[in-house]
Amino acid sequence: MQAFSYVSARTLSEAADILAREGDQAKCLSGGTDLIVFLREGRRSAKVVVDVKGIPELNQLGYSPKEGLTIGAAVPLHRIYNDAHVIEHYPGLIDAATLIGGIAIQGRATLGGNVCTASPAGDSIPILIAYETTCIVASRNVTKAIPLEKFFVGPGRTVLQPGELLVALKLPPPKPNSGAAYLRFIPRNEMDIAVTSAGAMVVLDEDKRRFVGARLALGAVAPTPLFVPEAGAALTGQPVSDEAIEAAARAAQAAARPITDMRGSAEQRKHLSYVMTKRALLRAIERARGG
Amino acid sequence: MSNKVLVTATINDEERSFVCEPRQSLLEVLRDVLHLTGAKEGCNNGNCGACAVIMNGVLVNSCLVLGVEANGAAITTIEGITPKEGLHPLQQKFLEDAALQCGICTPGFIVAAKALLDKNPNPTEQEVRYWLAGNLCRCTGYDKIVRAVLDAAATLRAEKQAA
Ligand SMILES: Cc1cc2nc3c(=O)[nH]c(=O)nc-3n(C[C@H](O)[C@H](O)[C@H](O)COP(=O)(O)OP(=O)(O)OC[C@H]3O[C@@H](n4cnc5c(N)ncnc54)[C@H](O)[C@@H]3O)c2cc1C
Ligand code: FES
Ligand code: FES
Repeated sequence: MQAFSYVSARTLSEAADILAREGDQAKCLSGGTDLIVFLREGRRSAKVVVDVKGIPELNQLGYSPKEGLTIGAAVPLHRIYNDAHVIEHYPGLIDAATLIGGIAIQGRATLGGNVCTASPAGDSIPILIAYETTCIVASRNVTKAIPLEKFFVGPGRTVLQPGELLVALKLPPPKPNSGAAYLRFIPRNEMDIAVTSAGAMVVLDEDKRRFVGARLALGAVAPTPLFVPEAGAALTGQPVSDEAIEAAARAAQAAARPITDMRGSAEQRKHLSYVMTKRALLRAIERARGG
Repeated sequence: MSNKVLVTATINDEERSFVCEPRQSLLEVLRDVLHLTGAKEGCNNGNCGACAVIMNGVLVNSCLVLGVEANGAAITTIEGITPKEGLHPLQQKFLEDAALQCGICTPGFIVAAKALLDKNPNPTEQEVRYWLAGNLCRCTGYDKIVRAVLDAAATLRAEKQAA
């Protein structure tokens, strides 16, 4: 592997100073399950690797009914899916966190790393978008909040500028009568990259008969994870019915603009956008109804 | 090479200090610097689990950890699972149940299985299969490995009850 120096940052300002000084030659290290592979294969270069796991803000995992969920960018997946609040309030996130890699990957991999790698197939991203996640981004002088669906600009590319790092992800508290789910299509049961995936969140009325709102995002069908507001619009105000779900799934299919690669053809991915949207919505509705 | 760093870690319950370059993986450090060659390099990219170790109680692939990240950490390798005399029940059952052929994947499977049984002494077959999904074996077809882990779990439970 290429030579670099290593700093284990203890504070946000220490990390931000190094990132400001070294620009794109400084790389943040969270769980390393992408970065170490990228550096080893020469797909990224670094003069300094800044380990961000020791920074308190990036290690927080907290929930309150008023503020919702705050997940530090460097919190590993095993901590997330073993957290009682996440299990109770964000089951869609559990779907995704338990799918990424195997147990040894989940011991290290983080949501911050998954988001910053910005793979169109990144498994946490569609469900985080569905949950209306905001990214907290910091540099030496500024902290800002960016909606997750605006975070990506292309495969492997985000809006982060040299000198900036992701501090945390913030998910609003779940609305009453809401439910969410994430599903991916892969040719085997474990350890693979999504051919197509869907994350859905629905909010139902008090009788659980009508959609008050919904958010849907797809994975692996566009250069970035794809937020599909048209699918939410097709559901909002409608009764919970096969027709409404069908219309949302058709909207997702229309929004998908996939490519053909070794994992699947564009045509298959178009079809899967429809199927996975339907399945994710049905599961989200089931959860909203207490299932 | 320049920029070597001094790292101190507890490895198999023993405090060890070593010098490494930041670019060296924990796997390289274990094998080439500390001469603990039980952890194997299969893929060097996180897919095969042959390099698995337990770091601060968490199962990780040592090829995806930098040696410098081990500073202050507690690490258990296959050498640390092997008792001073005889074999660990996992090792014993792997032998009895013929859960290995070439053996290159075995240390990783045993370390991973140990991490599972530490948490869950009575796993179902499905739980064992999911837990071990990150470990690849090209020889056995997995069935005998799963059986050996279930058998070892039963032995460990019986030992604990007897104690
Ligand atoms: C065997 C294997 C299986 C995998 N399976 C899956 C899978 O099923 N689904 C999936 O989506 N992914 C999978 N991955 C990819 C990877 O594990 C995930 O993307 C993981 O979430 C990355 O998190 P990390 O903490 O390891 O990131 P790191 O490797 O630490 O970082 C990833 C990138 O983000 C940058 N970065 C990290 N933290 C920050 C920060 N705070 N601010 C700014 N930039 C930052 C790094 O510089 C790097 O470019 C797999 C990887 C392996 C090796
Ligand atoms: S060598 Fe580390 S996972 Fe294969
Ligand atoms: S025994 Fe040969 S790879 Fe598993």
